[in-house]
Amino acid sequence: MDAVPVDANRPDDLLRTLAPQVVGVLTRRFGDFDTAEDAVQEALLAAAVQWPRDGLPDNPRGWLIQVASRRMIEQVRGERARRDREDLAARREPAGVVAPAADVDDAQGRDDTLLLLFLCCHPALTPPSAIALTLRSVAGLTTGEIAGAFLVPEATMGQRISRAKQKIKAAGSTFSMPDADAWPERLASVLHVLYLLFNEGYAASGAELQRVELAQEAIRLTRALHAQLPDDGEVGGLLALMLLVHARSAARTGPDGALVPLAEQDRSLWDGEAVAEGVALITEAMPKGPVGPYRVQAAIAALHDEARTVEETDWPQILALYDVLERVAPSPVVTLNRAVAAAMVHGPEAGLAIVDALAADPLLTRGHRLYVTRAHLRERAGDRVGAAEDFRAAAARTASLPERHYLTIKAAGLNA
Amino acid sequence: MKYMLLMQFSSATADFPGITEWTPDEIKAHIAFMGRTNKTLAADGELVDAQGLAMPDTAKVVRAGTDGAAVVTEGPFAETKEFLAGWWIVDVEDEARAVELAAYISTAPGPGGAPLNMPLEVRQVMSGPPADL
Repeated sequence: MDAVPVDANRPDDLLRTLAPQVVGVLTRRFGDFDTAEDAVQEALLAAAVQWPRDGLPDNPRGWLIQVASRRMIEQVRGERARRDREDLAARREPAGVVAPAADVDDAQGRDDTLLLLFLCCHPALTPPSAIALTLRSVAGLTTGEIAGAFLVPEATMGQRISRAKQKIKAAGSTFSMPDADAWPERLASVLHVLYLLFNEGYAASGAELQRVELAQEAIRLTRALHAQLPDDGEVGGLLALMLLVHARSAARTGPDGALVPLAEQDRSLWDGEAVAEGVALITEAMPKGPVGPYRVQAAIAALHDEARTVEETDWPQILALYDVLERVAPSPVVTLNRAVAAAMVHGPEAGLAIVDALAADPLLTRGHRLYVTRAHLRERAGDRVGAAEDFRAAAARTASLPERHYLTIKAAGLNA
Repeated sequence: MKYMLLMQFSSATADFPGITEWTPDEIKAHIAFMGRTNKTLAADGELVDAQGLAMPDTAKVVRAGTDGAAVVTEGPFAETKEFLAGWWIVDVEDEARAVELAAYISTAPGPGGAPLNMPLEVRQVMSGPPADL
């Protein structure tokens, strides 16, 4: 069982699967995650140049460990030389520098992927920092690739990653499994970061609506986590949720890059294989322990994915699941979604009554979600003027350009 | 979240003399402040881009005439009371942080080393994920 599935024909995949294992080996050996992570990044860059040119080494992991170790020893020596220049009296052998072993135990390598996830998704980090560090250390992306995905300069991303590592160090976190007391919070933090990374795949700047690579990266990492913790219901739930939402990605955008809402999507474009895998996963994960938000959301996504049309969707079941979600993870956004389901079951007035109860919440009126939801409900209720007003209000508040285009066109259509 | 901080100069609200009337040291201090600010933003992993614009004296206003040919009006424009001096794009945790940065940039020193308190417009860049409709 590999921590992350590998396609031997794709050296990139191999490199990126090995990356967290090599970081783990070096961190263990030298006791310094920060420097180990930098050294592995350099070894990965070297491999990306040399392997396609010279062919795959016999033992790719051993190769990476050798190169990264050498790089690390050089750094430690450089650091020592600098110290020696500053203080001639300090001539001690650096602790922990030993010749690298030829290879390491396989099981250790897999565990290290999990340890690294816990470290990189540390609750002391802000989500953007945790995402950046996870993509580099665990997913094995280069700083340049991560910077490109988030449309920031490489130097800025490099600084963000290096500050994240400093923060972990300052928080006193070590390269070890969280103990039983801390486990739920630490795992929740990992799942939250992976979930945000997945959502980030749908953020866009300019013309492109979906950054598919980031969503796939999130799926790949969650799959690795699920392979490590197969008995955790919420891990299985999150993987199912990602697969079930991502299955619709081809239908989510029109040929011109425009946003297509769920109700208008060409369902023949949905990825049936991903739907089947997601449904199987959520079915298996559901009974594993007290239900949490990811499993409930996955169950809702599964009901959408299994319906051939909007009308054939099992809305009463979706409404019941939103009731559950509101209990386990209450939030105004969940309530808005429940309003949509209630409208499908009991008519638009029932949905509007729920939305109206939220209309005084200043957190909601600053954002666009309340207006989007109410616009659709008002439109269904035949209130064209009110719907147009809400679509315009939503367009003025969204931070997504494709969404603003969609909302502006909706409002214009109702004016006619 | 990305925000654009637009530094808008307005002769109507500015209560300080134009930069051409500052002493060399005052100008140097102002430039050094901007340089330090950008370095700090980069080191904090928040800088996306920062650009200063040429003075409006060299600006041209362009619109399409018949057949789409460019119709150019050359500066300087006597009526210019407000102009964009430059901008920053920052990638920050939340809006509060963007506001904090704008307030800091607004303290850029002018004559006598006193803060200019120039107004900065804070605008979100459209880069968020759309809601799952």
